[in-house]
Amino acid sequence: MSWFIQAAYFTAAVLFIFGLKQMSSPVTARRGIIWAGAGMVLATLVTFVHPQVHANYLLMILAIGIGGGLAWWSGKRVAMTDMPQMIALYNGMGGGAAAAIAAVELVKGEEMEFVVLALAVLGALIGTVAFSGSAIAFGKLQGLIRKAFRYSGQQKVNLVLFSVTVLLGLIMVISGQANPVILTIFFILALVIGVLMTLPIGGADMPVVISLYNALTGLAVGFEGFVLQNPAMMIAGIVVGSAGTLLTQLMAKAMNRPISNVLFSNFGESGGEGQGEVQGALKPIEASDAGVMMAFADKVIIVPGYGMAVAQAQHKIWELTQLLQDRGVTVKFAIHPVAGRMPGHMNVLLAEAGVPYDIIYDLDEINSEFPTADVALVIGANDVVNPDARNNPDSPIYGMPILNVDQAKNVIVIKRGKGAGFSGIENPLFYADNTRMLYGDGQEMASALISAIKEL
Amino acid sequence: MEGFVALYIFMLAAFTGYEVISKVPVILHTPLMSGSNFVHGIVLVGAMVALGHADTTTEMVIGFFAVLLAAGNAVGGYVVTERMLEMFKSSKGDKS
Repeated sequence: MSWFIQAAYFTAAVLFIFGLKQMSSPVTARRGIIWAGAGMVLATLVTFVHPQVHANYLLMILAIGIGGGLAWWSGKRVAMTDMPQMIALYNGMGGGAAAAIAAVELVKGEEMEFVVLALAVLGALIGTVAFSGSAIAFGKLQGLIRKAFRYSGQQKVNLVLFSVTVLLGLIMVISGQANPVILTIFFILALVIGVLMTLPIGGADMPVVISLYNALTGLAVGFEGFVLQNPAMMIAGIVVGSAGTLLTQLMAKAMNRPISNVLFSNFGESGGEGQGEVQGALKPIEASDAGVMMAFADKVIIVPGYGMAVAQAQHKIWELTQLLQDRGVTVKFAIHPVAGRMPGHMNVLLAEAGVPYDIIYDLDEINSEFPTADVALVIGANDVVNPDARNNPDSPIYGMPILNVDQAKNVIVIKRGKGAGFSGIENPLFYADNTRMLYGDGQEMASALISAIKEL
Repeated sequence: MEGFVALYIFMLAAFTGYEVISKVPVILHTPLMSGSNFVHGIVLVGAMVALGHADTTTEMVIGFFAVLLAAGNAVGGYVVTERMLEMFKSSKGDKS
């Protein structure tokens, strides 16, 4: 391989790592993705003159045009609330591509070393599972697949399927060649495994699963990079594989759900009992009174949840925040790690509305501040502010880290109705003495608060 | 490539990925997941090589889909990451 292709791949690998590093701080994040993008363009361009590439240029350009064009079009149009499923979709495409590379190399049937063949087959398995699994994850979050699909003995069926697939893979590796029939069955089984693994997983756990598939695609890409003797793919793939694994663990930890629980048990099966009766009563409040309370406070902490994003209330909330800031009120946003659909998603939604990131705080930074806050405004959040997670060992969410909203001097909760939330767990916060309930749609109530404060 | 050289590359890359992510604030988890999703779009390079030396029709069809999917991964990953990161700005008014 001529030296300048090698140099270009090396530069691309450096740019990827450098870009990811920059993406880990909000100040330099924008530059990071541009650097990584430059690396990608460079690596793609030199591949046209790669010594192993000697045919099908027209097909190549056509495929890049169609695939890239569709992705560009969909990526530009997607709403910020739908971001998680788009990431799942693009990730699945990467996994499918890695598996297809393995398929081409295996169908070619050229003599391969044992290790090369083994990694080609392993990458094919992982890539295919990530492909079909991500497609199901996309379908679930997009609302195309509504029902959780469960039956007894599901895990045994999956285990059998998985064992058969691994066995077929071993046969190919040991015999040193890929029999077309075995190869076809191998790929079909891998597709089925990805589907069956993902179908029973509930929507709330989906971000962890998407992150896991992201890591798996990285691994598959790294392995196929070894097969093609391409160091840029090896480095980028494995960097993503390990970074993605860590990210998956961080997310699972933030949700207080071990990864094994996410994959092998079904949310909502346990719990429901032992919650006991909740003491106290729900005390409603009018928007005008709530507005006065906030306008004359020194410090207000706003706790947004996914319900706020669904009601598209983030722009109104930011308007409300600016109004309060003009009156000299200190306003801070408290974000629970799972406030959006995945950790950090809520930050993206607030950023879209124009909220600067330096008044947004995460759980560890803000929790000590609640006792000094005059008003905590909870909008569209429920489980992440449930004090039972701290106090009641019988609660299904006991042990999950929560925002200590109940310690604020006053709490205002904007909520659609009286029912329990998404998880069906009662929330004693709503019955606390210092809590007032503001019933209504998030956006309408935010507007009502704004006009109440303007009238003062 | 010497097998052990590959093993060294894998090992060092794994540590690099771990180190790069370990100090990330929660606010950037979603963009970063999207960013790492973009980085494994490098699979496009491999897909192009696979299609570029495909000989039979079967190989060409599979190779075509490899490039198509990989291009989707790379371009889509870039567009959504860039859109998310574009929105992060500080209240001190620097809109770099």
